[in-house]
Amino acid sequence: MDSTILTTVIMLGVLAATLAAVLYIVAQKFKVVEDERIDGTESILPGANCGGCGYTGCRAFAEALVKADDIAAMFCPVGGNATMTNVAEYLGKKVETKESMIAVVRCAGSCENRPRVNEFDGATSCAVMAATYSGDTDCSYGCLGKGDCVSVCNFDAIYINSETMLPEVDEDKCTSCGACVKACPKLIIELRKKGPKSRRIYVSCVNKDKGAVARKACKTACIGCAACRKACAFESILIENFLAYIDPDKCRLCRKCVEVCPTESIIELNFPPRKPKVEVQEKQTVNSENATN
Amino acid sequence: MIKTFKRGGVHPPENKISRNAALEQLVPEGVVKIFTSQHIGAPAECIVAKGDKVKTGQLIAKANGFVSANVHSSVSGTVLGIENVADYQGIKKPAICIQVEGDEWEGSIDRSAEINRDLSKTSEDILAKITEAGLVGLGGATFPTHVKLAVPKGKTAKAIIINGAECEPYLTSDHRVMLEKGEELLIGVQLLKKAVNADKAYIGIETNKQDAIDNLTRLAVNYGGIEIVSLKPKYPQGGEKQLIKSITGLEVPDRALPIETGCIVSNICTTFAVYEAVQKNKPLFENSITITGKNLKVQKNFIVRVGTPLSKLIDAAGGMPENTGKIISGGPMMGRAISNLDAPTLKGSGSVLFITEEEAKRGTKSNCIRCSKCVAACPMGLQPFLLYRLAELNMLEELKEKAVHACIECGCCLYTCPANLPLVDYIRLGKTRAMKLIVKPK
Repeated sequence: MDSTILTTVIMLGVLAATLAAVLYIVAQKFKVVEDERIDGTESILPGANCGGCGYTGCRAFAEALVKADDIAAMFCPVGGNATMTNVAEYLGKKVETKESMIAVVRCAGSCENRPRVNEFDGATSCAVMAATYSGDTDCSYGCLGKGDCVSVCNFDAIYINSETMLPEVDEDKCTSCGACVKACPKLIIELRKKGPKSRRIYVSCVNKDKGAVARKACKTACIGCAACRKACAFESILIENFLAYIDPDKCRLCRKCVEVCPTESIIELNFPPRKPKVEVQEKQTVNSENATN
Repeated sequence: MIKTFKRGGVHPPENKISRNAALEQLVPEGVVKIFTSQHIGAPAECIVAKGDKVKTGQLIAKANGFVSANVHSSVSGTVLGIENVADYQGIKKPAICIQVEGDEWEGSIDRSAEINRDLSKTSEDILAKITEAGLVGLGGATFPTHVKLAVPKGKTAKAIIINGAECEPYLTSDHRVMLEKGEELLIGVQLLKKAVNADKAYIGIETNKQDAIDNLTRLAVNYGGIEIVSLKPKYPQGGEKQLIKSITGLEVPDRALPIETGCIVSNICTTFAVYEAVQKNKPLFENSITITGKNLKVQKNFIVRVGTPLSKLIDAAGGMPENTGKIISGGPMMGRAISNLDAPTLKGSGSVLFITEEEAKRGTKSNCIRCSKCVAACPMGLQPFLLYRLAELNMLEELKEKAVHACIECGCCLYTCPANLPLVDYIRLGKTRAMKLIVKPK
């Protein structure tokens, strides 16, 4: 009885020792030498694996960062300048600070502004819908509202507003990774500069039809009347194919274009309410006081 | 012997309720809008300007390259201009708008009712006439006919196959042409045979059109080398590859053209148009369109000028029925929903179909239970459930590996799916993406 246990223990012991030796030798022989800075860099990166940097994930980006001599052109939109400065410090390389960006949805065709003329009953996907026909409104450029942008967002930063049926971007959550920009078959979403204090002005329309056609399909369509271009003192507005575009590099956020737009298709965000308008509600008056202080 | 293809296929209720409505001419009036691109390939180049007077059958847009087709005026009148017009899917394309004034035809067109039985023309003459007349495949794909008939070097065409299957439910315009224009059709077949130097022709007709089979069999006695083949009613019998399989037993290899099997397939209406183009000098500017639907007051088979607004056809058939859930251009299996009734008809328009709300309703989508009904139904031997999932996840490399290019978008998988998954919606998207057919707008 004793000898059986003893033999078993010895047998297994010898077997384990031999296999351990084999494993050790193999591990030494086939050892992959990896730059340990890759691990270090990866730990600094946010780990969202969103692909916003243009690489397949954070690991791939870390490898690229370690390999490249000049990393000035590489940028992690999620971590932003803070992360990139840390990475540069860790790797001893130089980066430039970049202005932070945000996704903007350039369509204001809510159910109210842009009446639905037919109903789509195919697969719930903007891509399928766009490949099938022009859309469920008379505007063939506008948002289809099936939420392809929502389903690709890794950060829950975009959602469909249940009243307007249009996507809206959550400013705090958007990392400007650009996934929604790529997913939108109508090219409505654009990455724009976040702007000082998140203040920005943009044309919320992408309709390239003639003014009358665009206006008939949607109350807030850009009709290409060029009133904004006349009002702009900084030549920041381009009009092409009956559609205005505000160049974010030239725009000084004076808000003159917003005032003159006859269809209210130019949108201003996060500005304090204008002073002369006295009829605004109490709550907004409080806001303007805060802003002036 | 009744033939059919073996792999896959379904047999939906036929609903051929407009089968007894004789072909009727619809007189054009008002404004017609003729697209410069009504075919696969490069859009034709407009050669008329605003204010020009045109006659019926006059060339108004010239083919731009080999894979393109001429476009002719379908009416006589004054050109109002070239505008961007929304087609039946709401997609805007340039179209030539013409105000109809009378109906004066181009002098070269033979308008007599007499049948021209002269078969002395050479192959080159026939092909030149077909090219000149702007013929395109009228089965739906609108591929230019002269390109299809251009047999590549080193290949020989042994047989012409005429697709009289009309396997889609509801559609009857091909059926009517076979009944009413039988002799013209057979002359068209002889011309096609001559054009590609084939010595055999088959006309495949499903047995649900026995009168058409009888009619053509009776007439074919006078024309050598034409065999009428009875086919078992089964969808998609009229698919090019399925039809070749049914009639000759040959399989078109993957990624190859039907000419590999020595066959060239042509549609009934196209063959009739070949007769008109070659024997009557008449370009393709009108085609037969079925107007049908269970609730429609009168079922109609019209011969319509290209560019007539769809709404006019509907008015001529007694107006839109009350209980309409969906209007479809084409058959219920492969047709596309019409979202714009002001849109003009195209060369390839085959039908306007009114589906009742109950019929139009898609079932509630649930999960795939891997029952493989779609696999059994797929006439191309694909795995639709897998392609669907891959397309949904946008996995293009894997889609290519699983031969998504072979999908003919017939809709058999969707028809059989007990989970009501939008299989074709996604497979079509995946196919166009994988084959890089979708180009993002700028």
